[in-house]
Amino acid sequence: MPMSGGVPPIGQAVVLNKTDLGAIIEQLWQAGYTVIGPTIAQGAIVFDEVHRLDQLPIGWTDEQEGGTYRLKRRDDKAYFGYAVGPHSWKKYLFPPRLSLFSLQKTQDGFHVQQNQEPVPRYAFLGIRSCDLHAIEIQDRTFLYGPHVDSHYQARREGVFIIAVNCSKAAPTCFCTSMQTGPKVERGFDLALTELSESFVVEVATPRGADLLTGLPYREATGEDLGAAARVVRDTASSMKRHMDTYDLPELLYNNLEHPRWDDVAKRCLSCTNCTMVCPTCFCHCIEEVPDLDGQRAERIRLWDSCFNPAHSYMAGGMIRSDIRARYRQWLTHKLASWIDQYGVSGCVGCGRCITWCPVAIDITEEVAAIRSDADKRTKEGSP
Amino acid sequence: MTTRKPRIGVFKFASCDGCQLTVLDCEDELLDLAERVDIAYFLEAIRRPLEGEFDIALVEGSVYTPEQEEYIRDIRQRSRFLITLGACAAQGGIQALRNFTPPDEYPRVVYALPQYIESLAKSRPASDYVPVDLALQGCPINKQQLLRVLVQMLLGSKPRVPNHALCLDCKRQNIVCVLVAQGKPCMGPITTTGCGVLCPSYDRPCYSCFGPAYQPNPSSLTRRFAHLGFAPHEIQRLLHGYYSQAPEFREEGQRYARS
Repeated sequence: MPMSGGVPPIGQAVVLNKTDLGAIIEQLWQAGYTVIGPTIAQGAIVFDEVHRLDQLPIGWTDEQEGGTYRLKRRDDKAYFGYAVGPHSWKKYLFPPRLSLFSLQKTQDGFHVQQNQEPVPRYAFLGIRSCDLHAIEIQDRTFLYGPHVDSHYQARREGVFIIAVNCSKAAPTCFCTSMQTGPKVERGFDLALTELSESFVVEVATPRGADLLTGLPYREATGEDLGAAARVVRDTASSMKRHMDTYDLPELLYNNLEHPRWDDVAKRCLSCTNCTMVCPTCFCHCIEEVPDLDGQRAERIRLWDSCFNPAHSYMAGGMIRSDIRARYRQWLTHKLASWIDQYGVSGCVGCGRCITWCPVAIDITEEVAAIRSDADKRTKEGSP
Repeated sequence: MTTRKPRIGVFKFASCDGCQLTVLDCEDELLDLAERVDIAYFLEAIRRPLEGEFDIALVEGSVYTPEQEEYIRDIRQRSRFLITLGACAAQGGIQALRNFTPPDEYPRVVYALPQYIESLAKSRPASDYVPVDLALQGCPINKQQLLRVLVQMLLGSKPRVPNHALCLDCKRQNIVCVLVAQGKPCMGPITTTGCGVLCPSYDRPCYSCFGPAYQPNPSSLTRRFAHLGFAPHEIQRLLHGYYSQAPEFREEGQRYARS
């Protein structure tokens, strides 16, 4: 039952040859999108501009554990046979270094010049469910609060999203615990599930449907849909790490003086890596960069971190003056006060903070340690 | 501020001159800088150095000889602000590796007539002798950091030199971690930022030529190095390199020297 040529129905799934993804990438560029997708650089699968199919890490995968990441060849030609890597999409929506405006001295004061750099229209190719949730979480910070961040808004609006259902979970993944995956559920234009020879493509929006128009797709059969569902189910059931989220905010708030914080402080480097790779962490700082002649200054926004001692520096000193306080701040914010603040957890279970911690500190292990001890203490009848 | 241009002096102690060369390396900015300040004393750059008093003294090198001990006190007395340049002036530098051995040992091995060598028992930072207003780290210093500090001082604002771990800047530049992805012994997590992420951006591990970050945790990182298969002497060398006299690196390195 070939359907190719026409506009595919929205809300339905179609089957597409894998190589036709190349035509989709090309069309997106032609339509004025800057296509960002997975590609290999610096020994990892990172996100960068993708112009052609052969820039994707076809036939590659990753091996991840706490503190280690290695690229490996697969014995097949899978397009998306790997988990999330060191980059997250926030580097595009919330750039690590952004010039906000510049100030020029004038005779009677100064002149403000807004940053006029054009903002690219992005298409994100290969975004996973956990990362889609992460973007929704950052939307709450940058778009739905009392102050809309115009820089984020300009980048976020109109992003074209081609999501991928995960066919592989890294040992560091725990999205099933956080209910953020592995199946993408919303917020995409197209969603791919990779089978051995083809993609099952869910079409969610008119512009997603437009993109497929003219390509040799066919309607998905029950068999195709079954195969796609199996991919997601197998990925979910292979998930090795878990986090028990039951009553988690209360658990943490009741254990702010737990000895585990001292224990983790001995291991934590306060190096900021976990917060940098976290797809939801949004902290930043503002710097003024004056020119040598003192006539002009630029105001820039930089990624910052609660693990940077200077981040809590205020008149009179540092609020979180040691590593214990900084780690506790991060973990309790991420898993508890984030919920008070935004109504959702700040953790999507992507596992990046575990893989990219140089000393392999594991957020699921830290929570479990506090929980097990807290349970024991309750059983023993002491607080 | 008066209309007089601030007077700057650049002074050398025991050092390789690399930090002074970094001052000269401000090629594009050097003429602009010279418009705004009066570089009165800089043996490496000007023909007729002028003595007298200075608004800002930039001091390179460690204090190594009895004359230098006198000299640093003299410069301090003649300067409003004293800024040290680089690892030597901040912590004794690579020549402070001799601090781990008795004072006479090296001259006896190196010189035919060691009796003509007159050096202090240890290579020590300027701050061991005089109050230092600001220390720029690095071997050598980073010229952008130097320029920024000078501009801030010229504008009358307090210079701000970040002292967080290098990793933050690696990540701001989207560089993939060479420790996690390649198993290289990168000192970035305990090293202060400032170099502009020079080594990791060339796929090399940081060897801490900027010294310890604020509140570093060397024992956790070195445990990881050991776990990755690095030998105690390799770990010791990472700690006892450019900043062997920084207390956090000195002690942790000595632990590996003994093992």
